[in-house]
Amino acid sequence: MSLWEYANPVKFLNLSDKVLPFFAGFSIIGLAVGLFWGFFFTPDDYRQGSTVKIIYLHVPSALMAINAWFMMLVASVIWLVRRHHVSALAAKAAAPVGVTMTMVALVTGALWGQPMWGTWWAWDPRLTSFLILFLFYLGYIALWSSIDNPDTAADLTSMLCIVGSVFAILSRYAVNFWNQGLHQGASLSLDKEKNVADVFYQPLLFSIFGFVFLFLTLVLIGTRTEIRLRRAEALRLRKNRE
Amino acid sequence: MIALLQRDLILAVRAGGGFGLGMAFFLIVVILVPLGIGPDMEILSKVSVGILWVGALLACVLSLDRIFSLDYDDGTLELLLTSPIPLEAVVTVKSFSHWITTGLPLVVISPILGLLLGLQVSDLKWVFISLLLGTPALSVIGAFGAALTVGIRRGGLLLSLLVLPLYVPTLIFGANVARKSLADISNNSALLILTAVTLAAFSILPFASALVLRINLR
Repeated sequence: MSLWEYANPVKFLNLSDKVLPFFAGFSIIGLAVGLFWGFFFTPDDYRQGSTVKIIYLHVPSALMAINAWFMMLVASVIWLVRRHHVSALAAKAAAPVGVTMTMVALVTGALWGQPMWGTWWAWDPRLTSFLILFLFYLGYIALWSSIDNPDTAADLTSMLCIVGSVFAILSRYAVNFWNQGLHQGASLSLDKEKNVADVFYQPLLFSIFGFVFLFLTLVLIGTRTEIRLRRAEALRLRKNRE
Repeated sequence: MIALLQRDLILAVRAGGGFGLGMAFFLIVVILVPLGIGPDMEILSKVSVGILWVGALLACVLSLDRIFSLDYDDGTLELLLTSPIPLEAVVTVKSFSHWITTGLPLVVISPILGLLLGLQVSDLKWVFISLLLGTPALSVIGAFGAALTVGIRRGGLLLSLLVLPLYVPTLIFGANVARKSLADISNNSALLILTAVTLAAFSILPFASALVLRINLR
């Protein structure tokens, strides 16, 4: 019994069929608890007022935007090394979710920045690197959609993802060099002193939990769709031959 | 390898548009920006480094598809794949010849265009040096993008979308070298990192590009 068994599409479909309702349920529970608790049952911040509540959307979506790319990187490497089709398709399915998360993080950030910093947008390192990440996602998705042969597409996008990751990390540090930031440092930290206050932290954890499972749910659904599309295509080709 | 370099250079010159087009495009960008911003020399000299760098970058992107697409279309690339030279070396040579035909002319005319944008003669040196050190990286990173899109019809726009985000570090450090020297701050660190980016790109990326080309030629 090993994890690689689930690289078999049939086994993957069976397993994902079983876990999907749970993932979806976790996601709904996490989001509902986190957002309701956060929006209605936490105090206003003494300086930021009620705008602090944007944190329950902003932080989890930004977190998942980066993690989604990381997941695509891992899936791409698995595809290149072990040639499991499910892995390549999972990377493909994760990209639209990741780009949406990036959009949500950028938009909520702009909405938060306007009242707090007095500007919708600043050329701050974090903001700029997120915009660059957004461009990387767009390029990745565009490359997938412009190549007909699915295996070639998977190979090329995997290579783009790997090289892109190196450059994305390089860009992240390059923009630090380029400009000092307006954005605060990390809100979440294992160091109690630096961490966001507990009243905001507990609902935020629920919200992050919800976003993680939302991502997993969407990626699983997307991967299942891709597998079935692939199957339908194979059936169509077989029929044409007969 | 030298024969290959010679062949690429001769093709670029004789087929037309190799040397000239990139430079002409660069010139047009530098002329258009003051028309958009206004003739105030003080503002222009402030943004001049950025204009020169972004102009060079765009001129480079426009000529990227020439690196592989012609050879891909007429089958030369497949012959090169079976030749005794490893494909990695082919990629390196082709990136280098792309730099000689587009990057180098841009670097050479950049001081003149810098004058048009109100830079002092003493500042031109650093614009020149930063472009000289940075543009080879643009060619070799671009070759990776060109290798990715070589099999795609009308992949020009896609190529720009893929390559431009990869240019971010080079642009930041390159422009930083010149801007710091303009502000009389030591630009040593930026200069070192820019050189490091170029050298690392030249030593590592050809392997990725060759891998991608092999996938495309399968």
